[in-house]
Amino acid sequence: MGPNRRELNRRDFLKLSAKAAAGAGLLGAFRVLAPGEARAIAQTPNLRWIFLVDTYKCVGCGMCVRACKLENETPYDAPVTRTWVERYVVLKDGTLLADSPLGARDGFKDPRTMGRDVRPEDIKKAFFVPKLCNQCDKPPCIQVCPVGATYKSWDGIALVDRKWCIGCGYCIMGCPYGVRFFHPVHNVAEKCNFCYHRIHKGLKPACEYACPFGARHVGNLKDPNDPVTKIIFTERVSVLKDEYGTKPVVYYLGLDEVVR
Amino acid sequence: MSHIWRPVFVVLAVVALILALRFFIVPPDFGIWESGYMYGWHRKSDENFWKDAFKVKHQGNDYCANCHPDKTSSLSEARHSILLCENCHGPAFDHPQDPPKLPVARGRDMCLRCHAKLPYPTSLRAEIPGFLDPETHNPGMDCNMCHNPHSPNVTGPGKSGEVFRRAKYGP
Amino acid sequence: MTEQAVHAAEWTEKLLFTYPNEYIYWSIQIVMYPLLTGLVAGAFVLSSLYHVFGQKDLKDMAKFSLVFSFALLIAAPSPLILHLLQPQRGIYVFFTPHFTSAISAFGIVFFTYFVIVATEVWFVYRPYFVEQATATRREETFAGSLRRKMYKVLTLGAYDLGPRAMREDERAIKILAGVGIPVAAFLHGYAGFIFGSVKANALWMTPLMPVIFIMSAIVSGVALCMLTYIIIMEWKKMMAKRARRSRFAPDRASYEELKGAEVDLIRKTSRYLILFLIIALTLELLDLVFRGYTAVKNWEILRQVIYGRDFNNIFIKQYLIGNIIPFALLLMPRLTIRRAVAALVLVIFGVFMMRYNVVIGGQSFSLTFYGFMEYEIPVIPHNYDTYKEGLLGALTTGGLPFLLFCILNRIFPSVPEVRTEEKRF
Repeated sequence: MGPNRRELNRRDFLKLSAKAAAGAGLLGAFRVLAPGEARAIAQTPNLRWIFLVDTYKCVGCGMCVRACKLENETPYDAPVTRTWVERYVVLKDGTLLADSPLGARDGFKDPRTMGRDVRPEDIKKAFFVPKLCNQCDKPPCIQVCPVGATYKSWDGIALVDRKWCIGCGYCIMGCPYGVRFFHPVHNVAEKCNFCYHRIHKGLKPACEYACPFGARHVGNLKDPNDPVTKIIFTERVSVLKDEYGTKPVVYYLGLDEVVR
Repeated sequence: MSHIWRPVFVVLAVVALILALRFFIVPPDFGIWESGYMYGWHRKSDENFWKDAFKVKHQGNDYCANCHPDKTSSLSEARHSILLCENCHGPAFDHPQDPPKLPVARGRDMCLRCHAKLPYPTSLRAEIPGFLDPETHNPGMDCNMCHNPHSPNVTGPGKSGEVFRRAKYGP
Repeated sequence: MTEQAVHAAEWTEKLLFTYPNEYIYWSIQIVMYPLLTGLVAGAFVLSSLYHVFGQKDLKDMAKFSLVFSFALLIAAPSPLILHLLQPQRGIYVFFTPHFTSAISAFGIVFFTYFVIVATEVWFVYRPYFVEQATATRREETFAGSLRRKMYKVLTLGAYDLGPRAMREDERAIKILAGVGIPVAAFLHGYAGFIFGSVKANALWMTPLMPVIFIMSAIVSGVALCMLTYIIIMEWKKMMAKRARRSRFAPDRASYEELKGAEVDLIRKTSRYLILFLIIALTLELLDLVFRGYTAVKNWEILRQVIYGRDFNNIFIKQYLIGNIIPFALLLMPRLTIRRAVAALVLVIFGVFMMRYNVVIGGQSFSLTFYGFMEYEIPVIPHNYDTYKEGLLGALTTGGLPFLLFCILNRIFPSVPEVRTEEKRF
C-alpha cells in the first residue's frame, strides 16, 4: 500500500466522476439538440386571433382600461396598463395635441390637453384611439428575448412565461408600439394577450366586453364568417407603424395620419 | 500527455456541469414549438397557465340577471342599455360568494367618463347627451342624487340612445 | 406608493406625449456594462501586444494588464446581475439560449472569453503556483497551509518546470493571447449589436453601432492601461528616488532611466490611441451626417434630442472634452507624462459619455416621436431599486473591478515589486 496505490485510487475516482458528469451532460445536451416534439397542429391552424378597433366609435370613456386592469390584475394605481386610449386634438393652425392621462384609466374628463386650454372653435378635428398589443405576425419583441420566456402561441398570441422571464427588458425595448412593461408585482415582462384566458372559453376580451360603444372586437382570421374578418376583407382598414415590418394584426377603422 | 491540456479538462468539466444542471432545471417541455425557433422557443405548459389557470373575473350581464333581474331589465329599457353592470360595479369575480358585496360607484367620476362634455364634433363623444361643464352643473353633488343610473331617462335635449345601440349592436 | 412600485417610474420624468408604459428601463447599469466589457477588451489587447507582437518594454505591463483584465472580466456581469429583475434566473441564458437575440450571445461569448483569459493566466502563473505549492516552511500557520493547498490545486498537478514544459507554456500563451484578441472584440462588438439591431429605437438602429462600440472600447482599454502603467511607473520612480540615497541597489533602474522608458512608451502607445480616437469619432460623425441628410421620419425628434436637449452631453462632454481636447493634448509635440495623464482621464470620461449618450439618449425621446423622457439618476437610495439603478449602484459596479484586482493580486501577484534595502536583507 505504497503512495502509488493511493494515487491510483484517487485517479480512478476522478475518472469515474468525470464519466458520470459527462453522461449527465450528454443527457442534457440531447434535449438541447433534439427539437421540440409535435409541430402538431401545424403550419395552418384553423385559428388565428385578430382584432378590430373602430376609432369612429371610441368616446374615450376609459371603461376598457378599467376593465382590463381589474380582469388582468394589473395594479390599479400603477401607471402601467396592458391597453390604453389616446386622445388627439388637431387645431386649425395645425398644432397637434395628444395625451393619454394614466392611459385613460379614468377616461378623459379634462378638456385641457398637453397642459393647454383649448377653445372649441380652434379645433379642426379630435378623436380617440385605443391601443393594445398588436400580436404581430413577426413580433420583434419575441425575436430579442434571450431565454425563450416570451413566445407566439400556435393561435398567434404573444405570451410571456412568468416563471422563465429574467427581467432584462429587451422585449420592452424591442416593441415599437410601447405595449410592454414590467409588472410591478411579479417583476417580469407583461403585456396584453387579448385576454387569452377569456377568448379560449368563448368569452370576449375584457376591453371588448366593457366597451359600451362597440369600438373593440376580437376575431378569427381563419373563419370567413367572422364579422371582424369580413370587415377587414371588405372595408378600408389600416395598421399602426407598418414600416417596421412587424405585420400587426390589430386593424383600425378611421386611423388618421396624425396618430403616433 | 502534455500538461498544457489540463485546463481543457477543467473547461469540459464546467461544461458538463452546466449541461447537468440544465437537465434538472429546464422543464422537459421546453423546446421549439409550432411557431418555430425564432417565435416559438418556449415552455409549452405555460400556455395552459394563461388558458386555464388564470381566473375569469368579469362574468357578463346574464350572470347578474340571475339574481338582479329588476336592475338588468330596467337597464336594458333605458338609454344606458349599452352599459354593463360590471362597467360601474366592477367585475363580479365569484359574487355573491366572494366578494359578498360589489362596490357601488357613487360620486361623479364614473359618470363623467362619458358625460363630461368635450367639444369634439368629429367624435361620437359629441353625441352623448352631456352637460356643459362639470364645474357649473351642480358641482360637488353626486349624479345619482337626481339621475337613476339604471334608468336615466331624464327628459331634455339630446339624441336618443338609438345612435349608441346601433353603434354597439349594429342596425 | 404603487407609483414607485413601477420599476423605473421613479427616475423617469415624462414630458409631452409619451405612451403610458414608456419609462427609462435601461438605466445606469446598462451604461456600466459596455463600459466594463470595453475595458476588458482593451486591457487584454494591451497584454497581447507583448505576448503576440513581442513588445519587450511591455513585459511588466503585460502581466499587470492580464490580471486586471481578468478582474474586470469577473466584475463585468455585476451590472447585469444588478439590472435583472430576476437575477437568480440569469443562468437561464446558458440553459435555453434564444440565439435570435443578441443578448443570448452573452452566454457563449462570455464563457469562451473567460476560458481564454483564465487559461492564459494559468499558463503565465504556473511557475509561481508550483513555487508556492512546493516551498517548504519550517513553521506553517493554518492560513499558510491553506494557501499552499490552494496553490497545489491551482497547479492542476502540472509541476514540470523543465525547459520543454516552459517552451510549451510560451507557445500556449502566445496562441491564447492571439486568439483572445478577436474574441475580446466580439465580447464588446455583440454589445454594440444589442443596441444596433433594435429597430424600434430610432437612435440605436444603425449598422455602425457594433463598429463604433468596438473602436471606442479599444480606446477605453488602451487609455486605462496607459493610465495604470503611468501610476505604476510613478510609484517606481518614487522608489528609485528614495533609493538614490542608499548604496545597496546597483541593479535597480535609476530615476532617469525609468523616466526615459516611461515617456518613450507612452509616446509610442499614444499614437495607437490617437488612431482609434480618430476612427471612433469619424464613425459617429458619419452616422450623424447621414441621419441629418436623409432626414427620415424619426429625424424630427432625433434632431431635437441631439442638437437640443442632449447638445451639452453629446457635443461638449463627449466630443469636445472626451475626444477633441485629449486628441489635441496627445498630438502636441514633446508629450509629457502630465499632459498624457490629463488626456487619458478625459478619454475615459469621453468613453463613459458615449455609452451614456447611447443608452440614455436612446430612451430620452418617446416612441410617439412627440414626447421626451428625462433621466434623473437616484443619488440617495431609499430602496433596493433606487440603489441598484442609482449612483451608488454605478459606483459599486465601477469599483468592483478594483476591489477584485486587489484580491486577485494576492493570488496572482502582478504589480511589479520593487525591492527596498530592508527586504534585501
